[in-house]
Amino acid sequence: MTDIIKTDVVIVGAGPVGLFAVFELGLLDLRCHLIDILPRAGGQCSELYPEKPIYDIPGFPVVTGQAIVDNLMKQIEPFNPTFHFNEQVEGLEVLGTPEAPLFRVTTDAGQVFETKVVIVAAGGGSFQPKRPPVAGIEDYEGKSVFYAVRKMETFRGKKVLIVGGGDSALDWTLNLQPIAERVTLMHRRDDFRAAPHSVNAMRELVAAGKLDLVIGQMTGLKGENGMLSAVSAKDNKNVAFDIDCNAMMPFFGLTMKLGPIANWGLHLHENLVPVDTAKFESSTPGIFAVGDINTYPGKLKLILSGFHEVALAAQRAHHYVYPEKKLLFQYTTSSTNLQKKLGVA
Amino acid sequence: MTKIVFVDHAGKSRQVEADDGSTVMETALRNSIPGIEAECGGACACATCHVYVDEAWFEKLGKPEQMEEDMLDFAFDVRPTSRLSCQIKVSPALDGLTVTTPEKQG
Repeated sequence: MTDIIKTDVVIVGAGPVGLFAVFELGLLDLRCHLIDILPRAGGQCSELYPEKPIYDIPGFPVVTGQAIVDNLMKQIEPFNPTFHFNEQVEGLEVLGTPEAPLFRVTTDAGQVFETKVVIVAAGGGSFQPKRPPVAGIEDYEGKSVFYAVRKMETFRGKKVLIVGGGDSALDWTLNLQPIAERVTLMHRRDDFRAAPHSVNAMRELVAAGKLDLVIGQMTGLKGENGMLSAVSAKDNKNVAFDIDCNAMMPFFGLTMKLGPIANWGLHLHENLVPVDTAKFESSTPGIFAVGDINTYPGKLKLILSGFHEVALAAQRAHHYVYPEKKLLFQYTTSSTNLQKKLGVA
Repeated sequence: MTKIVFVDHAGKSRQVEADDGSTVMETALRNSIPGIEAECGGACACATCHVYVDEAWFEKLGKPEQMEEDMLDFAFDVRPTSRLSCQIKVSPALDGLTVTTPEKQG
């Protein structure tokens, strides 16, 4: 059993808005833990468009998705937030009252937090592996169809089919090849996005007869009770064939799903959290929603709107954590108090 | 104004007016065309605006760039005439362009 972490604020999502929340909350002496299902900070900026230029961040005529994330990480350094990556928030339990909120938040890794404030900055939802649209695949998931490798041993002695042409597909092809009875790699074209050295290693194994490479696309699954016996496919001339296998790993990138936040009683409207525009607080006092995940009249899904939202939410969050303290509005340009917190005074 | 025709999986066809310089994906969203999700908003990062271009038009569009080919790996039931509609720019030369949306965007 992991120890319970007691904190002022839990931020769900480490995208640009979640990161800037650390800054605004930090200026008000609120301590933050961030939870993200991805292995790194940045959310969509890092995951979808790291190299793409963004033109509407105030003060930056142009900045890439990754650069804005790198800059935000630097900007929040003085507040020393704790990141919990590769974890998805699951449960939320209300322990406190509307006047003195307190929540117990749990993750799928078993981590438990007790926090006075929850800030949902989950963007378009959590990134999840894309499920191939073949009939009945749900029945096989977790039994013989896997989107990630938890234990390599699961694949020992199995006939494994890996589908895809990127780094994940190639890495697992190479890693599982020595363990599995046989590995087949299937991709829609004989051209791979993965790192050239992995592609070369794969081609050498194919040439040595230790790995099968098939060009084609998945069309269906065969098996029963969740256990695969074969995957149906077709080649680029629409000729159908079956691949004998008892485990399959499809790698078709990531998609965004709202996930367990849907069950938190936040009166969602079309998968978005309705908030007021003074505090960006949800219908549950102490739970705020900022960035792309919230909705209010006139909402624009812009990073700059999210930045504004966290500044206002922080004011109310301060009230919950320090109910006795009066909040004095200060500027970072002139306040020695704020500058001390930023480590520049 | 350039006319674009979207045919859905069931064969129902919808003709819409497109702004030159916009993309076929943007045109689809603006006209609430079903079957185009465009989850990433046009960053060529998700493959959920996948379409099949009418044979007669495919050659005229030119070849997809490497990045688009790579992203098509994330689409399903990719065919020789598959394109990502966020990467097709509307111009008067495309007047009458016909694309079919796939059964599923995955």
